[in-house]
Amino acid sequence: MRHITQAFAVSLTAALTAAAFVPAAAHAQAIKIGVVTFLSGPAASPFGVPAKNAAELMIESLNAGKVPAPYATKGFGGTPVEAVIIDEAGSSTTQVTEFRNLVQRSNVDVVIGYVSSGNCLAVAPVAEELKKLTNFFDCGTPRIFEDGSYKYVFRTSPTATMDNVGAALYIKDIKPNLKTIAGINQNYAWGQDSWADFEASIKQLFPGVTVKTSQMPKLFAGQYNTEISTLLGENADVIHSSFFDGDLEALLLQGAPRGLFKKSMGVLTTGETAMHKLAAQIPDGTLLGARGPFGPYAPKNALNSWFVKGFEAKNKVPPNYASYQMTQAILGVKAAWEKAQAANGGKRPSNEQVAAALENLTFEGPGGTVRMAIGKGHQAIMETAYGMTKTVGGKITVTNVKRYAAEKVNPPEGVKSADWIKAGFK
Amino acid sequence: MEHIAAVLVDGIIYSAWLFIAAVGMTLIYGVMKIVNITHGSFYALGAYAAASLTGAWLAHGYPPMLSYAVLLAAAVVVTLVFAPLIERGLLRFMYAKDEVVILLITYALFLILEDTIKLVWGVDPYFIAEPYGLLGSFDIGSLSYPTYNLILVGLALASGIGLAWLLNRTRTGKLLRAVIHDPQVSSAMGVNVDRFYLVTFTCGSMLAAVGGAFTAPTVSVVPGLGVEVVVLSFAVVVIGGLGSLPGAALGAVIVGLVRSISIHYMPQVELFVIYFVMALVLAFRPRGLFSLAEARKI
Repeated sequence: MRHITQAFAVSLTAALTAAAFVPAAAHAQAIKIGVVTFLSGPAASPFGVPAKNAAELMIESLNAGKVPAPYATKGFGGTPVEAVIIDEAGSSTTQVTEFRNLVQRSNVDVVIGYVSSGNCLAVAPVAEELKKLTNFFDCGTPRIFEDGSYKYVFRTSPTATMDNVGAALYIKDIKPNLKTIAGINQNYAWGQDSWADFEASIKQLFPGVTVKTSQMPKLFAGQYNTEISTLLGENADVIHSSFFDGDLEALLLQGAPRGLFKKSMGVLTTGETAMHKLAAQIPDGTLLGARGPFGPYAPKNALNSWFVKGFEAKNKVPPNYASYQMTQAILGVKAAWEKAQAANGGKRPSNEQVAAALENLTFEGPGGTVRMAIGKGHQAIMETAYGMTKTVGGKITVTNVKRYAAEKVNPPEGVKSADWIKAGFK
Repeated sequence: MEHIAAVLVDGIIYSAWLFIAAVGMTLIYGVMKIVNITHGSFYALGAYAAASLTGAWLAHGYPPMLSYAVLLAAAVVVTLVFAPLIERGLLRFMYAKDEVVILLITYALFLILEDTIKLVWGVDPYFIAEPYGLLGSFDIGSLSYPTYNLILVGLALASGIGLAWLLNRTRTGKLLRAVIHDPQVSSAMGVNVDRFYLVTFTCGSMLAAVGGAFTAPTVSVVPGLGVEVVVLSFAVVVIGGLGSLPGAALGAVIVGLVRSISIHYMPQVELFVIYFVMALVLAFRPRGLFSLAEARKI
């Protein structure tokens, strides 16, 4: 036993001595990013997997120093980055447990993730409790920073308010005589908030408008024939839907043979994720959103061209808006990390320093300029764009694209979305 | 009047889908006393197999009208591969265990099969929209319905009537009822109970797979497809009475109509009403509307 103790002591001393002489650069531990997105379930294909693919492309390219300026520095400030990828499937309780595991067991430096608004609402207070820098990349409910105040939690993508105000402004431009609206949205935070913002915006822009019906089926219900009958029976001028993932696809598949969006104009705020897969089911003249200037609405710049080319080469499909949002989230954290590192004399910054650097930051993403301008500097705003579908030679395109400046579709700092809309967007 | 007709038609279509999805679960419980959570897996397997086979069929330019037969064949094939394997390979060793233990085993199998589906088919969605629109539409007033929905109603009627005939009018049905009543005595009388269990599990699972296969043209076939079906099927069979065929039919009709009425007239309570009806039935008839009398054993 004594020999074993002695051997252990000698080994430990040798290891510690050796460690003391390792050059400082070799100590640079990789920065671990917890990436949380749907890898299974109905949201995996349209959001989770494209987002994961974007994260893998970005991390690989960042570590190789292949991303165009201003992100040409390898990794984050020269330190390589590695991802710990977690499935977002399961309840919010599961996600809170997984978040704790990421922070306390996997010891990640940053968490970037979450498609579901319910999961974002559940994870935000836990991130704050554990003092872990967390950047929501996709979830849309504006409640996160309107009902709460956080030091460590950020969202580098705009909220659903922007999507719905943008859609309402577009309708005002093309249908000045709108009389009736209807909606079909999922019955949880995302769907309810989306419909509330759209309905309130339309009522501001068209004071005499009538709401014919608001359908709120359960998330992932899958069967919508009865809802479609109701929507067809009401014959509203426009039908708004923030459906996403398999629900959007099922709605399009079941609605198309019944002429759902031919009879009334469809307003699909997240329709871009289905535009290539279900082109035959989306009739011409459908208003298609991409949750910002992403996908067909992305600007022509070097960063976007590089991103689209790289993504298509690796995945054989074009990036959808979830891929853009993930890329934007990683680049936002990289920009903040490097700003904090520079302010820290080139040394690895703490979570607090990175969080402080990300507050009110303006940075470039493949979708254009992102400003962390609201939610006390924790919530991004961007311009948005909408267009109408038109099938040309069997391929779906968007025409009559209109862009709306960030200030026109997002509330100002300190004002809740609902109040801003009710006050006539002031 | 048109509105009422729409409520009824929507309710009937949804009831038919529910019944196809749920009847296999009640059959397996009725004979084997297993609350079979893998029912959802067979529904998903049926949908995936149908999407793959029918997709390939249509891609090769074969007659689209025969795609309905391919949907059915896909469900049959996938069930004949997996159901006997599960029943012979695992479940038959568990029959002596408590019902709750078997329920947990089928839940574990459900999770395993979910991952198997992901391994085989990946996470990308599969679409086979063509069979849904192939038969055209019929109109109820100003509303148009794909004729394909009538196939679902026909399938529900065929499976319900077929099972009722099998159970009540055939020698096999009589033997099966004897097994339901007392497997030990049936075995002592020379009935091959094991074979009945195998056939029942395969038939019940096949009904789930057929439900999945014929739902595939109307949805995006993605992982997790079977989860919702297990919950809804369970609600239907509990309302009707676990193990009761007429109960499953009535449960499906009640849920379908109540849901349709709520969506047309009060959409905000759609989800609530289904489970409210279930709670209401259980409050007054804890064993469901058509609960079967059980012989007391000493």
